[in-house]
Amino acid sequence: MGVSFRGRESEARESRLGSVTGYCGTLRGLYAETGCGGPSDRQRCYSQASLCSAACALSILSYITDAAIVHHSPSGCAVTAMQVSNNKDQLAAKLGLDNSKSCYVCTDMNESDTVFGATENLREVVLETYRRYKPNAIFVAASCVSGVIGEDLGSVVEDLKEELDIPIAPIHCEGFKSKIWASGFDAAFHAILNSIVKPPEKKRNIVNVINFFGGARKEITEIFKNLGVEPLFLLSNTNIEQLSRLSESVATVSTCGTLGTYLGNGLQEKYGVPYVRSLQPHGIAGFESWLVELAKALGKEAEAREYLALEKEKYLPKIEEAKKKLTGLRAVIGMGPGFNFNTTRALQELGIEIVYSAAWHFDKQYDDGLAPAAFKYLVDHSPNDYNLSVNDLQNQELVNILKRVKPDIYFSRHVGSTVWAMKLGIPALCVYDEYAIFGYRGLLNFAYSILDIVTNRSFTENLSKRVKLPYTDWWLKQNNSHFLIDGGVTA
Amino acid sequence: MIKILDQPRYVCALGAMQTVQGIYRGVPVLHAGPGCAGKLAAGIAGNNGDSGYISPQIYPCSNVTEKEIIFGGEERLAETIENALRVVDGDIFVVLSGCTAEIVGDDIAKVSSRFANMEKPVVYVETAGFKGNNLEGHEWVINAIIEQYLAKKPVKEKVKGLVNIWGPVPSYDPFWVGNIRELEKLLIEIGLTPNAIFGEYRGIENIDKIPQAEFNLLVSPWVGLKNVKLLEEKFQTPYLHYPTLPIGAFETGKFLRTVGKYAGVDVEVVEAVIERHEKEYYYHIERTSDVFLENRTMSRRFSTVTNATDALAISKFLVNDFGLVPEKQYITDDTPEEYRDSIEKYFTEFEYGIEAKVTFSKDAYRIHEEIRNCDYFGPPLIIGSIFEKKLTKELSGNFLAVSVPIKERLILHSSYVGYHGGLRLLEDIYTYVLKQFN
Repeated sequence: MGVSFRGRESEARESRLGSVTGYCGTLRGLYAETGCGGPSDRQRCYSQASLCSAACALSILSYITDAAIVHHSPSGCAVTAMQVSNNKDQLAAKLGLDNSKSCYVCTDMNESDTVFGATENLREVVLETYRRYKPNAIFVAASCVSGVIGEDLGSVVEDLKEELDIPIAPIHCEGFKSKIWASGFDAAFHAILNSIVKPPEKKRNIVNVINFFGGARKEITEIFKNLGVEPLFLLSNTNIEQLSRLSESVATVSTCGTLGTYLGNGLQEKYGVPYVRSLQPHGIAGFESWLVELAKALGKEAEAREYLALEKEKYLPKIEEAKKKLTGLRAVIGMGPGFNFNTTRALQELGIEIVYSAAWHFDKQYDDGLAPAAFKYLVDHSPNDYNLSVNDLQNQELVNILKRVKPDIYFSRHVGSTVWAMKLGIPALCVYDEYAIFGYRGLLNFAYSILDIVTNRSFTENLSKRVKLPYTDWWLKQNNSHFLIDGGVTA
Repeated sequence: MIKILDQPRYVCALGAMQTVQGIYRGVPVLHAGPGCAGKLAAGIAGNNGDSGYISPQIYPCSNVTEKEIIFGGEERLAETIENALRVVDGDIFVVLSGCTAEIVGDDIAKVSSRFANMEKPVVYVETAGFKGNNLEGHEWVINAIIEQYLAKKPVKEKVKGLVNIWGPVPSYDPFWVGNIRELEKLLIEIGLTPNAIFGEYRGIENIDKIPQAEFNLLVSPWVGLKNVKLLEEKFQTPYLHYPTLPIGAFETGKFLRTVGKYAGVDVEVVEAVIERHEKEYYYHIERTSDVFLENRTMSRRFSTVTNATDALAISKFLVNDFGLVPEKQYITDDTPEEYRDSIEKYFTEFEYGIEAKVTFSKDAYRIHEEIRNCDYFGPPLIIGSIFEKKLTKELSGNFLAVSVPIKERLILHSSYVGYHGGLRLLEDIYTYVLKQFN
């Protein structure tokens, strides 16, 4: 454990965790390279656009119901405000929450700001934002421009702390600082951990659930009753008061290891709230590991096992039946590493063979210094040592993989990624819902989603017959690792 | 004075990558941060088709990191362009620079010019986010294509009746494809040959025809003026500036007469087209007027909170076609100062001497405060973006989102332009109205 959660900022994952965005090999090959400073991060001499930390950091913070974001940036960076608009209202409306104190404003930096700096305007915008929305916390976010011209957000924030009686924190999420957009999650959680969370006053029967949108709120609330605890879903639809008391919770779990590592481990290190190290709750093994490990932390293992046995009895026969219809399907998967490894395991539980896996990035370890449990599980249990690349969301690489491997189905999890398989005539399923494979019931639903998609191929085939790929014949004949430099093996 | 962008409804100049995306087989090549493309596209296009032959997730991009900021990114850009030309099957490559590249002083003109003699045209545009908004960026992209591509081609003869159509901005206008197609249809009906470069299967072929047009038709209050002026300078093509995107019978008739007269089309041809359309249009208005007249919740007064194009087009329709009275109109697209006076004047030219006050603002908090404090003498009709949804609910008014960020709507080929567009707009407004108690 070499990580300090108390520094000025959370640091990029590349330097903090040794995470990489370029690799081409196999699952076990990657594991073999993870010791001794490896794997080495292979660079690309050609890339397509990916995503930045600011998008991740500021979108998750936007869903807090009473916090303000002040983005010190040109107008384009604040496009996240458009993206989250309405979505956050729809989400809050589901729970009947008032989110009128939540806002996202921008200092709209222009050319003269880049020459003379604009911290004075930033200061005024923060104060005006407070006057307008009376938020219970303000996050002052950096941008590439503010970073390059050296705007000192830290001291602006320090000065403002004397004028405002609410928490105010800088978010160091400059897009150029990390190629791994998940570094943005860490930047956001760094601010939560160090500027919002207070030392505990008393313990409460609450389990922090680090996730995105709380889609399985009802189910998890019911399940947790068996353990005598209540879930608190983070960050969307929480408020600052709830977040300030995260240190009082009895444990933290996460539905995505990539997302959860910084806050989960940070709460453990700073306040002793145990961060449950388990698989994520996708499919059978994941669900059981997730719930049992949590129960162990709460001293309720017997209760968890009793609940699981009942549920298993209800769903396992149905899952077995679905599995018969899916066994032997060959799949390619392209997702961020957290969901990738957990989804892969669930697919293998359904008898589906993974023939190629693309992870958008790879964390060889989380902030506890341990390899991600879901990755290690596959290294130990996967029936085959499938080909794996760390892809940085490079679609041209993915297309060549799909063209060569010709799977029966492609599973994706990222904006704009699913359709390219369909254009090749390969049925594809976008697994956006983080709870799409949650537990036994989720696995059953997921099995039938897969079955439906490989059965009715009309949408895929109708589309693929009428479109042309935007790649040259030359590129389509190249190996997908063509643009990766610095040696390495090819798969 | 404090500079605050609250509830953004436009993005930075790099957002003009969507203009390149709007050109079939056009390829934006970004020298920018890793997140710019995906974020901008998701924000502007949202649910309404940001993908296509290519998509923001596959734009070649240098994904600027600390290394390029410290040591300069020109070589990184060069290898990005070089490989983009090998990998992507496109017809025109437009290099767009982002904030960081320009601050650190990368010379994208110099780097791009290395590829001037490649098989495929490579042009460049400086679109650093801090230099302007996406609408200005849109103009810069088109000017770059004119100057760096078209102006270098051999001169061809003008073609009688060929008219370039400019105005609707790809993606930023959620109805851009439908609106352009409808303008094309109207021109065809009065015997002209439209040439538009955006949308399905037009692309480079139509770009190549631009210099041959008899005139350029700009249908927009200001976006595109710089382009038609440059085309006039480069190719001596005159232009007709028609500021109002025509919606409904009144404005479309006026539009057809103006274009017809400018193009020297026989008046009888134009009048016959107008008459045929008006018969159909008023058939529908007549059979539905009971609903319009008897609905108790429909507002009598309205405000728009949107870009200059939509604010003008929709208020002209609601006043001159539909008989409503405007309250203040709010223009939120950061219209450059130089155009603001003339735009204000357009809002004083309604029928019956009706005028509307106009406020230009990117601070929607203040706009909403003004709307709250304005007496609409009944429930207001607010037409804007999704940001006005809650506000309208609070005021028990009626609401329609027509501009970015639009959300909660899926738009494929619909259009508000022309006669059918006017009917469509009424359908959409009344779909909301009818959801309220009546």
